[in-house]
This record gives sequence, C-alpha cells and structure tokens, in this order.
Amino acid sequence: MNTFRKTYKPFIGPFDPCPPMKVKSYETPPQLYMGFQPYNLPQFPNLQTALKHGTLWPALFAPYENPYRKGGA
Amino acid sequence: MWYYEKKLQYPVRVSKCDVQMAKFLTEQYGGADGELAAALRYLNQRYTVPDKIIGVLNDIGTEELAHLEMIATMVYKLTKDATPDDLKKAGLGAHYANHDKALYFENAGGVPFTATYFTAKGDPIADLYEDIAAEEKARSTYQWLINMTDDTDLIDSLTFLREREIIHSQRFLECVEILKEERDRKKIF
Repeated sequence: MNTFRKTYKPFIGPFDPCPPMKVKSYETPPQLYMGFQPYNLPQFPNLQTALKHGTLWPALFAPYENPYRKGGA
Repeated sequence: MWYYEKKLQYPVRVSKCDVQMAKFLTEQYGGADGELAAALRYLNQRYTVPDKIIGVLNDIGTEELAHLEMIATMVYKLTKDATPDDLKKAGLGAHYANHDKALYFENAGGVPFTATYFTAKGDPIADLYEDIAAEEKARSTYQWLINMTDDTDLIDSLTFLREREIIHSQRFLECVEILKEERDRKKIF
C-alpha cells in the first residue's frame, strides 16, 4: 500500500534567521496511484460510513491530519 | 436544469467562535481554486468535450455548487454574530465597510472573483489537465485551512470536502484515459 504522506529533509543553511524545520512533508493521495478504477472495488459497509469518509471506496479514502501538530511532520 | 434539494451535501457544524477563520475560508468561496471557479469551469466545459465525458463534467460541476453552499454556510455561521469590532479584529474591517456581513465572491485577501481564474481551451486534454490541477490545488487549500484551525467540527466538514477533491481528481484522470482510448485494448508495440 502506498503512503499518503511523504517527507524529506531540506538543506539547512548555517546562517538562516529562524529555527529550522528539519523535516518537511507533502501529501500523495491514492488517486495518484490507481489509474483507471478497477471494477468491483470493495465499498464501505453502509452509506453512513461512506458519507463520513467522503467516498464509497476505502481504496480512495485518504485521511488527513495537520502535519504541524504534535511537534511537526 | 437542476432540481434543488434543501439540505447540505454534508453537515456543517462550527463549534468555535473564530471570526478570522471566516476570512480564510473565503479563499474557497471566491478564490482562484475555489468552489465557484470549479463549478463554472466544469459546467462551461461540458459543451465542447467529447460525449463520453460530458456526464462527468456535469456531475462534478453540480457537486461543486453543493460544496460552495457548504463553504457559504461556514462563513455565515462564523460571522453572523460578530460585531463590527470583532470583524475589524479578524481582519474583516474592509469587508464590513463595503459589504456589511454579506458574503462576497472574493479570495481570502479580499480580491474580487474573476473569470480569468479559469479557462476553456477547447482542447479536451488541455482542459482536463487543468481540471486535474484545479482539484489538486483545491485539495491543498483544504489542507492549509485544516492546518489553521483546531475546531474539530469544522475540520470534519473540511476533511469531507478535501476527500471529494481526491475523488474528482480520480474521475478526471479516468476521463483522460477514456479519451486516450487505450484502456482494455491489447497493446502491441
């Protein structure tokens, strides 16, 4: 399974004015990997759950959380 | 034509009095990658794309209007009980001077909406690639908005809207595949 978030460590200059963010991140949601959606993908068990997730298919659901919480990415 | 259902696509609850967040949310109301731009872009493109993908543009364009309504609800809820002083403190003094508490199609910086935010090239591939980019940009805007609030109810609605951008992007990517017409065809090179 693909990960929804990738991280990298940017160059940190010796004379930068602010405390460095050592790790930065970006999102890579599932549609980037799926190509044409396969037939008969498993669906969420009921409509309530699907609505809550914003999609019928778990394979296309990408959770998102603020990467700056809990001390950064 | 459209039939109107008098309810939101997904519930919108706001549990924190954070007037400044209304200003930021306006980016998705009348901003370049906002829901209005998206709806107008897709609904307008419907006329000049191959028949096979008109339905996708129709459905997604319509859904964007439902999203526009959700954003409007959020902005309204966050500003309806604010005094002029509250609005001033939230950076909305200039908005109040011009519009009172009326919603206005502008971005978070107060720049009015313009049709130049999107285009219609007439080339189906070019237009679909713009649509895919628009969905990814709207997805990012939702991320940045989520990053700026700790209101869990608001985050819930914004997370739903972000997920819809992902689905729309998937559908536009599939439209490109349909137009390429190589799907399911045995390829011999």
